[in-house]
Amino acid sequence: MALDEIKIGGMGASRRRVEDNRFIRGKGKYVDDVVLPGMLHMEILRSTVAHARIKSIDTSAAWEVPGVRLVLTGEMMAARNLAWMPTLSYDTQAVLATDKIRFQGQEIAAVIADDPYIAKDACAKIVVEYEQLPAITNPFIAQEPSMPIIRDDKENQPTNKVFDWEIGDKERTDQAFAEADVVSTIDLHYPRSHPSPMENCGSIADYDRATGKLTVYMTSQAPHIVRAAVAMVAEIPEHQIRIISPDLGGGFGNKVPIYPGYVISILASILTERPVKWIEDKTGNLISTGFGRDVYLQGQIAMRKDGRILGMRMHTISDHGAFFADAQPTKFKIGLMHSTFACYDIPAAHLTSEGYYTNKAPGGVAYRCSFRVTEAMFFQERMIHAAANDLGMDQAEFRRINLVKDDMFPYRTAFGFLTDSGQYGKCLDVGLEAIGYSTFKEEQEEARKRGKLLGIGISTMTEPLGAGNSREYDIIGIKMFDSAELRVHMTGKAILRTGAKTQGQGHETTWAQIVAHELGIPADDIVVEEGDTDTAPFGMGTYASRSTPVAGAAVAMVARKIRAKARKIAAHLLEVSEEDIEWELGRFYVRGNQERGVTIQDCALAAYSNVPDGLEPGLENNAYYDPPNLTWPFAAYICKVEVDAETGVWDVLKFVAVDDCGVRINPMIVEGQIMGGLTEAYAMANMQYITFDEEGNCIGANYMDYLLPTAWETPGFELHEVVTPCPHHPIGAKGIGECATVGGPAAFVNAVMNAIEHTGVRNVDMPLMPNRVYEALQTGQNVSGMPPVKVG
Amino acid sequence: MSSLFDEVITPGADVPVRRITVEINGEKRTMDVEPRLLLVHLLRQGLELTGTHSGCDTTSCGACTVLFDGRPLKSCTLFAVMADGHKVETVEGMGSASELDPIQEGFKQEHGLQCGFCTPGMMLASKALLERNPNPTEDEVRWALSGNLCRCTGYQNIVKAVLWAAEKMRDEQNEEA
Repeated sequence: MALDEIKIGGMGASRRRVEDNRFIRGKGKYVDDVVLPGMLHMEILRSTVAHARIKSIDTSAAWEVPGVRLVLTGEMMAARNLAWMPTLSYDTQAVLATDKIRFQGQEIAAVIADDPYIAKDACAKIVVEYEQLPAITNPFIAQEPSMPIIRDDKENQPTNKVFDWEIGDKERTDQAFAEADVVSTIDLHYPRSHPSPMENCGSIADYDRATGKLTVYMTSQAPHIVRAAVAMVAEIPEHQIRIISPDLGGGFGNKVPIYPGYVISILASILTERPVKWIEDKTGNLISTGFGRDVYLQGQIAMRKDGRILGMRMHTISDHGAFFADAQPTKFKIGLMHSTFACYDIPAAHLTSEGYYTNKAPGGVAYRCSFRVTEAMFFQERMIHAAANDLGMDQAEFRRINLVKDDMFPYRTAFGFLTDSGQYGKCLDVGLEAIGYSTFKEEQEEARKRGKLLGIGISTMTEPLGAGNSREYDIIGIKMFDSAELRVHMTGKAILRTGAKTQGQGHETTWAQIVAHELGIPADDIVVEEGDTDTAPFGMGTYASRSTPVAGAAVAMVARKIRAKARKIAAHLLEVSEEDIEWELGRFYVRGNQERGVTIQDCALAAYSNVPDGLEPGLENNAYYDPPNLTWPFAAYICKVEVDAETGVWDVLKFVAVDDCGVRINPMIVEGQIMGGLTEAYAMANMQYITFDEEGNCIGANYMDYLLPTAWETPGFELHEVVTPCPHHPIGAKGIGECATVGGPAAFVNAVMNAIEHTGVRNVDMPLMPNRVYEALQTGQNVSGMPPVKVG
Repeated sequence: MSSLFDEVITPGADVPVRRITVEINGEKRTMDVEPRLLLVHLLRQGLELTGTHSGCDTTSCGACTVLFDGRPLKSCTLFAVMADGHKVETVEGMGSASELDPIQEGFKQEHGLQCGFCTPGMMLASKALLERNPNPTEDEVRWALSGNLCRCTGYQNIVKAVLWAAEKMRDEQNEEA
């Protein structure tokens, strides 16, 4: 009898999470919970200014504090060739500053002491003398010839420009614009944001001089990349490096880069021969670690009068901070920005990009997004919204005309991506029905008569999730595949390890469900481990929604290898040839005689006790999976708001999310991902951003300045699903963790704009704080998030 | 017992310490602490109760929420000496290995957590709410938890988890009555 897949916790089961068993009892093990014998504590001294030459650093008083074991400065790092380290974008980043301070919060010195309080005390006794330089706080000031060169440490860096880059077909696009009836233009700023996981970054480095082994507990979403990087930077052989990423208190892209604190703690452990713990505080996390966005998005689309889009062009000006440390595939300087308009059938497109150094923190990370696709889709849906208005066409109708149709897949986008599946029109229709779109315009008219401002905003998008394939995607030369290793024990229980790294996504639960689906072993009989480079197979980690598309596929593939071997054992046990064996969930049987069979557990036992001649004993294997393509989930997010004309405050009346992420492994977890993503979208649209004053002081250095939504502000979300299996993924799944953060912001903004655009306003830049919305309502003018460009 | 903590909590022999007695999860503990030691650090480092997390150090995020004489307080904002003579409950005091608190069960059943970092604080704030209001509305739950940040869940399932627990606790109450 075949098993009931839902009962054994297989695919489609909303299985309750196994990791919760420890988290709800306070028994999770995060980096800060790890205590090693003889452990010392490290604190980092950060700069108070944004741009300055260092005249002197006096650490003598810090050395005098009882309990201080070591004080490290840039000079001491330089003596060991560790003052600078490579970034994930082929640039360099200062570990401890030697020559100049390049952003507020930059690491200047580190104190290692018996206890964290002493380390903090001693940090306060370090005296740094600065010679201040003008702070460059945006890409426009960075271009002023009178401004200093931030990266004067680099040869061949005569300006503050990081790169110029372009993709697409300029000639064809120009032609499309020449033939257009209507051209629409939009100019946006996607403000700097910070992923801000609840847990800050930290590490515990433990160098054992006797064995030469370096063990580092670390808040990393990609521990194997860290191992490779440490091998290169610290000149410790890779087999002597063990990176352990234990439970992570959220990541959202913030824990992909390698930070100075990790490197300093490693050197400190080598020098003191004791474990050294570094736990960043919230301000350190917000002002110095990987940010997201900070891009100026300018664009146009060319249209025919009937609503068909003929072409689009886009220009981005991005602010990368003091070091180009974006975590993204090598080939693409501005991530996958060119995935913009991928859900629309347009013949021509052209993107140009320029990036600049500024006196701000480095590390443009994929903040809950697949490398700048958040900006790409925000631009797309704000552009579409403005264009529909310019044409005088209904928002839904304009999208329906231009969306790629179901029978057009596989579809090659104007920028060259290959989208493979979807039911875009259906998703849109489900959303429109759920929000009550057909009667909304009358409702809006009627409300306006009573002085109430209602608005509806639509955002439809597909995004590229799950890098590789490895032909096109690598990070610092390492190809973006992923891996899984499965060991089935003789009693039929199993351990699975992957190269991904969960941070709340629930891999311990869902990976076991994939194995249950493939082998019929109950999910409860499978333990999942990740994050320890000594035990997990090599993988590129978890970000850019790549876990299910890549590592999840590897899990299915390794289970299939196990099943293939178990089939040989089953044939031996049933005394028939392998060709006469049939499979049903959890069981092999003899063709034509379903009664006569053996379970997968019988095969596991036999693998260790009764192996046929010529077959290796054991039931273990691994799989390295290089996906043939990205996965392309689709979403339609529709938001209905009411704007208070007297205050500019807006409330979400209803939010409908229709997600098509292909086959859902665990529907409960998928919905959890969507709701979490929508909340970050709401945050960015409404309140969450980091800005800087003219002196380069970070405004947003703590949770009183950097506003995150609480349970009180956050609206409820209504979720719907459409399922179009991914044609190339072994179980038909697509990425989902980031869709809502990527597509969500435009739905909120379009809704607010729809409520107030009768005043003539075309754009209010995010976040749509009440003062900005109020100003737009009062003046009928756009409200820009552009910072002051004036110099001096 | 206090001598054990001396070594962990106090930096050196010449640093003044104060003897305090705190009832932690129902057990009276006496120890010597440096006056500036924060309660969250006493719990985490001194007593190895690492279920209480330290998120922001500035009383904003709520990851360090404990029950202080039954009221939810952020333990990064209290000195350990201020707990002298008081009762402190942490996540380790909720439920037992064999029997979970209904709030813990609710968080698991309704998928009210993802990374788990905010969860202990969220559950303790919920516990304080349900003790004074066994039948809260959704808005009352949202308001009661508005001092605790979560970056993963979007709160909707946390609210459901608390309402699930409230219902279960009411059912249990009714069965007993």
